This record gives sequence, structure tokens and C-alpha cells, in this order.
Amino acid sequence: MLNRKFIPLAVTCCLFFLLFGVGSIQFEGFGTPRVFFNLLSDNAFLIIAAVGMTFVILSGGIDLSVGAVIALTGVVCSILISKYQWHPLIVFPVVLIGGTAFGAIMGAIIHYYKMQPFIVTLAGMFFARGLASVISEESIPIEHEFYNDVSAFGFEIFGDAWIGSSTIICLMVLVVAIIAAHYTRFGGRVYAIGGDANSAALMGIPLAATTIRIYAISSFLATLAGIVYSFYTFSGYSLAAVGVELDAIAAVVIGGTLLTGGYGYMFGTLMGVLIMGVVQTYISFDGTLSSWWTKIVIGGLLFCFIALQQVLVRVKPR
Amino acid sequence: MNTLSKNQNLRRYLWPCAGLLVLLVINAIIAPEFFSIEFKDGRFYGSLIDVLNRAAPVALLAIGMSLVIATAGVDLSVGSIMAIAGAVSAYYITKGVDNLALIIGAGLIAGLIAGIVNGFLVGYMSIQPIVATLILMVAGRGIAQLINEGQIVTFDHSGFAFLGTGSFLGLPFPVVLVILTFVIVQLLTRRTALGLYIEAVGANPSASHYMGLNAKAIKMSVYCVAALCAALAGMIAAADIRGSDANNAGLWLELDAILAVVIGGASLMGGRFSIFLAIIGALIIQTLTVTIILSGIPPKFNLLIKASAIILVLLLQSPLFQKQLAQLKFRKPFTNNTSAPNKEVNNA
Repeated sequence: MLNRKFIPLAVTCCLFFLLFGVGSIQFEGFGTPRVFFNLLSDNAFLIIAAVGMTFVILSGGIDLSVGAVIALTGVVCSILISKYQWHPLIVFPVVLIGGTAFGAIMGAIIHYYKMQPFIVTLAGMFFARGLASVISEESIPIEHEFYNDVSAFGFEIFGDAWIGSSTIICLMVLVVAIIAAHYTRFGGRVYAIGGDANSAALMGIPLAATTIRIYAISSFLATLAGIVYSFYTFSGYSLAAVGVELDAIAAVVIGGTLLTGGYGYMFGTLMGVLIMGVVQTYISFDGTLSSWWTKIVIGGLLFCFIALQQVLVRVKPR
Repeated sequence: MNTLSKNQNLRRYLWPCAGLLVLLVINAIIAPEFFSIEFKDGRFYGSLIDVLNRAAPVALLAIGMSLVIATAGVDLSVGSIMAIAGAVSAYYITKGVDNLALIIGAGLIAGLIAGIVNGFLVGYMSIQPIVATLILMVAGRGIAQLINEGQIVTFDHSGFAFLGTGSFLGLPFPVVLVILTFVIVQLLTRRTALGLYIEAVGANPSASHYMGLNAKAIKMSVYCVAALCAALAGMIAAADIRGSDANNAGLWLELDAILAVVIGGASLMGGRFSIFLAIIGALIIQTLTVTIILSGIPPKFNLLIKASAIILVLLLQSPLFQKQLAQLKFRKPFTNNTSAPNKEVNNA
């Protein structure tokens, strides 16, 4: 008998293999390692951002600033590299520190002024997009040898599947996040706050430090996602990555994490992103279905998974 | 006791109205022609009328949103509902339907269906409002594109275009619609017990449950009202450009609507609401945009200033910040030590 806590994750995994299987039977060239690894490399930035979002949602919060932070990162990187001739290896630590500080400030406001995460990160989203468009309203190209090298870096496995630098980064992030969430004291605190913030405080968990860290991590990963995203586009644009925060939230929910917090798995988030990727790939393989079906299907999937969560929460085990 | 509550009530109206007044005065100083209104071809023209006209869609959304927020909920899908309603009415016009009541009715029914979906998810399935309405926010735009078959559908229907560009008693018709909606919703909530029920459900769900209130039906009704307002706003937006653009109609307007309600002084935790203040909030947002344009600051600073305004309004509402402000004001030299830790908090 399957443990109850694994039901959402199991459903997600089964659904992924079902969708992938249906695609493989229907279309030639769908069920190949190449398509599978392309899912990873095409969605690497989304996986990284969604991992950050998982921490936030596990703690019972939400972070709407993710997409804006990705855009701001791209703009700052491109202006420092192209206009001020900084080396990317100097730029990356600078933007990562800046992004982390941004998240920490949001976390501090949420905790100390007892504001809803939703409205604070919404303001953060406006702020980051606003700052990005103040820096530059046009798209700035990035031209640097380092970018070409990193982008070309990678190796082939299984004959034709390509593992690029973005795939490697996102898998590393995922492994670290799984360890942090499930095997460290910090991870335990995140789950405890998500389960019941009052009990967590009574247990002696430092609410302030943990909340600030959670939002700092989310913004740090969003910044990293922004850097990875700039490797796809070779540019920075203030209107890039619009709506990524919603994709990330959808991926986390489809991955089986409970939106009220305190329950879910990092690995599920990876599966959530992959399911959304498979839907997109299926629609592009089919050719007759229009792109808007992606939105409708993802909306439908979201509904099914939220309904499943409700059923699982209500039907308590005896 | 009575004077205290009266005082608080007055204070509640004071801040948003004072904010709007300050912005208007700033506008008058930097651009004296701001207040000039002329009467031409049976309608008024001028910057003030323009502000009213452009604030109309957000004001409509804010009317519905303030009811939703009063029940401690939020509706993220209003922008997508705008797109759906615009697409549905455009679909009927291009299919050759000429009856205006039928076209507007179809748009409103589409909105109502969306509201019923939201209300069902929040009220009857007890899903968190942010998440429940997120579903329709994502899928809604897809549905609108499906109705439009991915195109920007343009149409020519003078009766329908009147919704967006016509005028009545000298006022632009969208403004008239906002006033009408305001009066209807205000009568519904303040002349019946419905408003009290809504506030009760938002302020204390369990207490209102034991009082015998049907929280599910109340939640269902507020999401339906919000969706109907959104549908109306969507048809105004479509009529204004004589076309339906599923990708851009109402994009990000849900955020403006939430912002308008928050500027109007409502708490996101639910409870008390004021539709009038929400409309003032919508006017403040639009006036601020005009102020930015008039003052010569490049429009790219728009978002940054808006973000700062939200943070400021939220901080002013926070009890801790009010205390810190008071401490700063009345700080005597010998209390320096005690206020030091708080200062650190302030910096964080």
C-alpha cells in the first residue's frame, strides 16, 4: 500500500510518463532521450525559479516577484557586461548578492510589519520591473566570449541527447535544494512554519531569520534563473519573462506541494515543470493544435491537482 | 465611545481623499490648464474628464474587488475575465448579431459563468482565493484566444462602440457606467444586510458561521459581482478600441484594482470595506500617472513610483510602523536607548 503522503507525487510522475508515452506512440521521434533532455534544458530557468518558489510555498507564503527579478537580472547583467565592460564572472556574484538582498528585504517587511507576502512581493514585482525599465527600456544585447563559451559547453549522452550548461546548473540547484529541504535543520523549520506558524514560534523556531532566509533564497534562485535565462537570449530586456511567476506557482502545485504550506517535495516541482514542458512539446509536435491550448490545459491540470489536494486534506486517515 | 468610532470613520475617509487632493493640487501647480474644462459638441472635455474616463475600467474592477477583499479573498482573474467578455461580445458582433442587449447580455453571462466558477472553487471547495482565481487567470486568456481564434478581432457596431466612446449628460459613457454600478452595488450592500454579511464573513469566519450566515453563498455572490464588473470593464475596453485583443485586454489590471482597494484603506485580511474609497483609490492611481507625465519625469519611472507608493501606503497601515513614527516624533533625548532596537527594524 502506497504511503498517503506520496499520492500527489505519484500521480504527478504517472501523469508525466503517461503524457510522454502517449506522445511517443503518436509521433515519431517524440519518445527519445533527446526530447527528454531538451525539456530540461529549455525549462532550466523555470526549474530554478520554481525550486525557490517551492521553499516559499512550503512555508505558506507566495512570491510574485520572480519574473520581474529574472528580467531585472538580465538587464543589469547586460548593461554591466556590454556597457561597462565588466567580466561576467565579476558581474554574476554582484547580481546574486543584490538579488539575495532584495529578497531579504521583502522577507523582513513581511515578517516585521506582519504584511501579507502576496502584496509585498507584488510591490517587489512592480519595483523590480520598474527599476529594469528605468535602467533600459530597450533590449540590450550581450556580447562576450565567456557567454559563447558557456553556452556552447556541454556533452552528448545516449547518442543524440545534449546536456548543456543550463541543464547542469539546474540539476545542481535541484540536488542542493532537495538536501536543504529534506535533510537540514533549515528545511525542517520551513515545513514547520508552513504547517503552523504559531506552533513553530512556540517550539522556538526563529521566525524572523527563517522567513527572511526563505525569501532571500527565492530571490537568489530567481536571480540565478535570470542569469541562465540570459544565456538563452544573449540579451537583457525589461519586459522579458512576464508571467514566469505564475508558471512557477503552477509547476509547484502540479508537483504536489500543498498551497497552504507544510507539505510537498522538491522533486515534485521538477516533475511539475516537466509536465508543463511535455504539454508544450506535444502541442508543437501535433502542429494542428494552437498555442493557446497550452494555457487551457495547464489551467485544467492546476484545477485537477488542487481538487486532488482538497480531497486528500479532507479525507483524513483513520 | 461614540465619538471615537466616529473619529476613526472620518479618519478612514480623510487619508485617501487627502492623497487625491494633494495630487490634484500638485497637478494644478505644474500644469495650470489641468483644471480647465470646456463644453463642446454636447460633452465636457479636459484633463480632469480624461482622468475620470481612463480610470473607469480600474474603478469598475475596484468596485467588485473591494467586495471580494472584504471577505478576505482576492480575485486575480478579473483581467482575464475582461478579455473573455470582450472576446465573446466581439464574436457575436462579427457573427452578425445586431441586437445590443443580446451582445452585452452575452458578455455579462460569460462573466457570470467565470464568477460562478471562482465562487464555487473558493466558497464550496474552500480553495485559497489566490490559487482558485489563478486557475482562471491562466486559463481565461487561453479561452479568450480560443474564442478569437488567436486573432485580434475588430468590429464595427456603433451601438456597442457607444459603451466605450459615447457620452451621456456631457460625461463619457464609461464614467456614467461606473456611477451606475456604484449606485447599484452601494444600494445592494448598504440598504440590505448583504454588506454586513460580507464584512462578517471577512472579519471572523467562524463567528459568522455560528451566527448562521451562509458563508458559501456570500462568497459565491461577491465573486459573481466582481466578475460581472470585470465583464462590463472588458466590454468598455473592447468598445473603446473597437476590437478584442485577447492577449492585452485587461493585462495587469487585476493588480491595479487590488492596489486601488488597498489605497482606499481596506485591509487585505478582510472585514470593513468602502466602495467609494476603492473608487477614490482608482482615481489616485490614474491621477498619479498623469502627475508623472505632467511633471516631465520620463514615463519609464511610472512603475517604480507606483511600487514606492504601494510600499508607503502599506507601511502607513501597519500598526508597528505607526508606532515607530510616533516614537520618532515624540522622541526625547533620554529615550534614545529604548528606541534603538526599533530603529534597526526600520532599517531592515
